[in-house]
Amino acid sequence: MSFVSYLINGISLGSVYAIIALGYTMVYGIAKMLNFAHGDVIMMGAYVIFLAVSTMGMSPLVGVLAAVVVCTLLGMTIERVAYKPLRGASPLAVLITAIGVSYLLQNIALLLFGANTKAFTSVVGVPALRLAEGQLVISGETMVTIVSCIVIMVGLTTFIKKTKAGQAMLAVSEDRGAATLMGINVNGTIALTFAIGSALAAIAGALLCSAYPSLTPYTGAMPGIKAFVAAVFGGIGSIPGAMIGGILLGVIENLSKAYISSQLSDAIVFSVLIVVLLVKPTGILGKKINEKV
Amino acid sequence: MKTKSWNKNWTNNAITYGMVIAAYLIVQVMVNTGNISSLMKGLLVPLCMYVILAVSLNLTVGILGELSLGHAGFMCVGAFTSAVFSKCMQSVIPNTFVCFLFALLVGAAAAAVCGILIGIPVLRLRGDYLAIVTLAFGEIIKNIMNAIYLGKDSKGLHFSLKNAAALNLEEDGEMIIKGAQGITGTPKVSTFTIGVVLVLITLFIIINLVNSRTGRAIMSIRDNRIAAESVGINITKYKLLAFTISASLAGVAGVLYAHNVSSLTALPKNFGYNMSIMILVFVVLGGIGNIRGSIISAVILTLLPELLRGLNNYRMLIYAIVLIAMMLFNSSPKMIEFREQLAEKWKKKPAQKKEA
Amino acid sequence: MALLEVSNLSISFGGLKAVNEFEITIEQGELYGLIGPNGAGKTTIFNLLTGVYKPDTGQILLDKKNITGKKTIEINREGMARTFQNIRLFHNMTVLDNVKVGLHNGNPYSTIEGILRLPRYYKVERAMNEKAMELLEVFGLQNEANFLASNLPYGKQRKLEIARALSTNPKLLLLDEPAAGMNPNETAELMETIRFVRKNFNMTILLIEHDMKLVSGICEKLTVLNFGQVLTQGDTATVLHDPQVITAYLGE
Repeated sequence: MSFVSYLINGISLGSVYAIIALGYTMVYGIAKMLNFAHGDVIMMGAYVIFLAVSTMGMSPLVGVLAAVVVCTLLGMTIERVAYKPLRGASPLAVLITAIGVSYLLQNIALLLFGANTKAFTSVVGVPALRLAEGQLVISGETMVTIVSCIVIMVGLTTFIKKTKAGQAMLAVSEDRGAATLMGINVNGTIALTFAIGSALAAIAGALLCSAYPSLTPYTGAMPGIKAFVAAVFGGIGSIPGAMIGGILLGVIENLSKAYISSQLSDAIVFSVLIVVLLVKPTGILGKKINEKV
Repeated sequence: MKTKSWNKNWTNNAITYGMVIAAYLIVQVMVNTGNISSLMKGLLVPLCMYVILAVSLNLTVGILGELSLGHAGFMCVGAFTSAVFSKCMQSVIPNTFVCFLFALLVGAAAAAVCGILIGIPVLRLRGDYLAIVTLAFGEIIKNIMNAIYLGKDSKGLHFSLKNAAALNLEEDGEMIIKGAQGITGTPKVSTFTIGVVLVLITLFIIINLVNSRTGRAIMSIRDNRIAAESVGINITKYKLLAFTISASLAGVAGVLYAHNVSSLTALPKNFGYNMSIMILVFVVLGGIGNIRGSIISAVILTLLPELLRGLNNYRMLIYAIVLIAMMLFNSSPKMIEFREQLAEKWKKKPAQKKEA
Repeated sequence: MALLEVSNLSISFGGLKAVNEFEITIEQGELYGLIGPNGAGKTTIFNLLTGVYKPDTGQILLDKKNITGKKTIEINREGMARTFQNIRLFHNMTVLDNVKVGLHNGNPYSTIEGILRLPRYYKVERAMNEKAMELLEVFGLQNEANFLASNLPYGKQRKLEIARALSTNPKLLLLDEPAAGMNPNETAELMETIRFVRKNFNMTILLIEHDMKLVSGICEKLTVLNFGQVLTQGDTATVLHDPQVITAYLGE
């Protein structure tokens, strides 16, 4: 029974990684850049919820909505101010700028909210589910996380397949130059991608901090890195890949914490990533790139 | 023609070495006349360490052209192996300096071995994938170092990944690595002079490597892998060689670090990906492939937060803003165009005057 | 004596037969042209010969030695060097260093000797510099030796690629569209250079070219490729008057 519970918790953690990884993978697919600051947008979202719910006493739902709005604006502002001027610059320059933005967000949070850990109140009101005569307890957070992940996945896929804006995203990720010639507003599409990714980050922040209720300015950094690993794991640029990668990563992490060593769990997660990339250099669902001679 | 380029190269390198030596002499004068704060004094060895790290990472990023985000991992390996060596050999080799020299070799060799082991599978990957895998390796190394327990008694060395009790040490046994608490009591041998000497050795190795047959082979891979193969350059060999030399020099920086702190622990702050990224920032801001630039930017960016210390909480914020602003100024295509136009105008003006 | 003997060479990509049962024999000292419409598989053949792609079937003999399936660097050491259709220089290195990379294998000193600047370093580097400058002079590049390769004008970049290929001391030189993007004057000059290289280096050359003036001007033999297959082979004059060839180029 304990295995099932570890597995379910792993899927739940993995769902959070998957939602964050979606943000990474969409931005990578379309803007061809690693948005290192993505994890810190999550942290910002969590602080907005904390402020709204714990300090101002609003309802959790309003808090999450506020976080989504703030993160969306934040994401679009970051893109406009820091990344857009660098379009066409070397990928390394963009990467370093993203790292700068990450530092910036962490230090803004440090100034606004202080370095001490905040106790985050869960935004989930669903009661825990008790199965098999109380041997298996699934918390409300777990269920809500997994359900949100599925809803987001389905919603996003439909959005990309069915809407004009979604098709424009696909076109830009395939060939930016050709998309421009076809009259697609490339800058607008990239801004939209950042908006969606950041809104997802806010939701991920709410779910992450509901399950692990301690909030500091550095809360987003490690889950951000792991979600990025998940995105690479599944094949960066691919939406189903981010999903599979995220969930696999969460499961591996939780099971190795439970059965091998809690101290070495990160080492195990990263080792699995390396093995996967060595066998399949572009991730599980990644496209193979051929170099023309 | 030939001699001209030879001379230019020579002057260029002489400036780099001269800059380091001049900085050393100035600091020595300041220390001797008491014109340096104790805070600055404490920064001198770390400064050397950062310079070594930046210059050695530049070999991977600038000369070989591969993005590595795991440099701190190699430093970690160098730091821990050398600290263990120093603690074990303290009683065997009475002269602390000689002991340190051996520790230096051990640290560099251990990091080099790690570089080879990691490089063989990983260097097949390219670009962002290589970056993420090196990041993963750095984290794995840090993670493992946090889980290691090592002790020594009359029967020899005992090792465990679980806890201190699992070592079954005899009563007179001595703990060397205490898991997450790391290593305490490593002799504090590192000095500014040793640091500067190591910086000069690092520069000597990298500059001479770059200006040799091996360096050209490495750069040819960076510029065009397929063409390099077509003229008979063994890609795997030279990639691995550059990566390993870079790793072993990071190990040297680790040795310097381990012998400068009273307790050595593997924290995200000193050996995590954040550290690797910080070193990468030094390299990128100093100019990719530019050795002297790496030195200057490592020094400025290490001192900057300290110089801003008066601003207290705002200093890291300002650091972040400066970093972003510098990147935008340096790399934004519009800014580059703007700067070029400005330069052109500036050039034209004197020319027009002559015509008139 | 046949320097290059290729028989039954084939490769397919995803079901498409890019090269089908290709064969060619090149005698020592010959200047041989490989022509054909766009997409006929000419560059693919170069990639097969130099080991960039591994052939599905067939055999490649260079100077009687079987080099089929070997790695690019081994094939280069066996004596085959090439240039590329889309120029592939080491663009952030100097013109001189580009050639010195080519001299890498023939002039060894160890990495340690290089770092420690032992006497052999200076001796070998001096010899390499002289050799490289000699090669650059052949192509009129001696005054640009210390320029970055990316700063050279287009025509000189093509020449530098040939110089770099020659620096590996090959038996057979493969030139992939050496005159692409050149104006008639530059092309004429290039023809002279190719002739000069053949004579002074006693070189055997196989070249891909679309410029018919160049092909008919310097090649002694031609192979015409169409849809991955050999259409016809033989003396330049005979081949160029073959009605099949005219059809392939101009359509029905």
